[in-house]
Amino acid sequence: MTDDAPPPVVDARGLRCPAPVIALAKAARTAAPGSELTVLATDPAARHDVPAWARMRGHAMVSSTEDDGVWHLTVRLGDAPVA
Amino acid sequence: MLDAGGRAPLLPQARAAFVEALDQGWADPRRLHAEGRRARLLLDGAREAIAGVVGARTEDVDLAPSHTAALHTAVLTVARGRRRTGADVVTPTVERAAVLHAADTAVAASGGRRVDVPVDGLGRVDLARMVEAVGAPGVALAALQHANGEVGTRQPVAEVHAAARRAGVPLLVDAGSSLGHTDVGDAWDVLAADAGDWGGPAGIGVLATRRGVRRSPVAPEDEDRWFPGGVSVPAALAAAVALQVAHAGRTAADTGRRALVDRVRARVAAEVPDTEVVGDPVDRLPHVVTFSFLYVDGEALVTALDALGFAVASGSACTSSSLEPSHVLAAMGVLTHGNVRLALPRGTRGEDVDRFLDVLPGVVARVRAAGGVDGL
Repeated sequence: MTDDAPPPVVDARGLRCPAPVIALAKAARTAAPGSELTVLATDPAARHDVPAWARMRGHAMVSSTEDDGVWHLTVRLGDAPVA
Repeated sequence: MLDAGGRAPLLPQARAAFVEALDQGWADPRRLHAEGRRARLLLDGAREAIAGVVGARTEDVDLAPSHTAALHTAVLTVARGRRRTGADVVTPTVERAAVLHAADTAVAASGGRRVDVPVDGLGRVDLARMVEAVGAPGVALAALQHANGEVGTRQPVAEVHAAARRAGVPLLVDAGSSLGHTDVGDAWDVLAADAGDWGGPAGIGVLATRRGVRRSPVAPEDEDRWFPGGVSVPAALAAAVALQVAHAGRTAADTGRRALVDRVRARVAAEVPDTEVVGDPVDRLPHVVTFSFLYVDGEALVTALDALGFAVASGSACTSSSLEPSHVLAAMGVLTHGNVRLALPRGTRGEDVDRFLDVLPGVVARVRAAGGVDGL
């Protein structure tokens, strides 16, 4: 794994809650432990629910930024994600 | 019916008082004739009864056409009355939207700031930050709810009131989810409450203001200085009767509902996977409990429960007309989707709560399966 490549992006723009979190969780299932994932979301609930999901699943929030109505939420997956 | 927050079923004694007052108190209480004076007597009697329960003088109790109007008026009139002393309004982030919006309006006029104070994961205000904010120079007023109506967590009103008193800042306590359910105490300078929440009719709010709190009207001149046009006399009388009934039966209702909420908290957490039961499990309102299910669409859940005969509320964005989820859940950092909120009406039966708890795991599983989230 290269350290400087941008994390894979899950595009959940236009999806309403809880769809962005579900899309992110599906991507996380096949991603390597310790890797980073970014979800793009326009639903305002996602910026609250992605950190809450990460906490419940043992992942870490890396960043949370908004750009022109689109939230970019990046998480680092835990080493041993909770089943 | 498990959704009595802000609109509880009307208590039978309140209904009887309302019907009686339609005959006895229909007249305009501002008129000087016998019918008008009779309506005035009933209205003043209602204020006196409410004052007795909240521990205020009758002349310090004003009745509002809604709880929202009471909160708006409280914030705006106190901020205006103290505009020479301070311009800022201190608001914890979990205050009711009516308080936050009124604070925005007040500081737009005063040129001050709305000072937001964060809460912890249980929804309780950060006491040190709150005390610091209240004691800062230039504060017109501070607000702190008695307890949060969405998650039930009680707030440290006594400690904050002591700090506010030291700073000479009036404290507005929103008891809209507390009065009639629990002792609201005397740690307040301005108190707001909601008759619809304690089993009275909708359309009556209470605003009690301690002597010495300076306030100035923000509405156009009217005989009813704080709430132009006044309120419905039958509704006021019914609200007062309901409060007396609720207050008299409070201890029994508190014990019964507190035990039911404990049962809900324990069974939901144990029987539904990936659930967050939020709010303080102990230092809380007796009748309010809320929880969120990961990966669940709140609207689908509320609709499915309604089809089975269970009325519940939700703080999820998907269940509201706005796209924003509950600002309370967001401020606490807990899941906002898949949220269910219960506010048990007085007299809720244990078997009804058990029936709800029996069907809930299956309903959540069905909504999750429809969303294709198995194995996530």
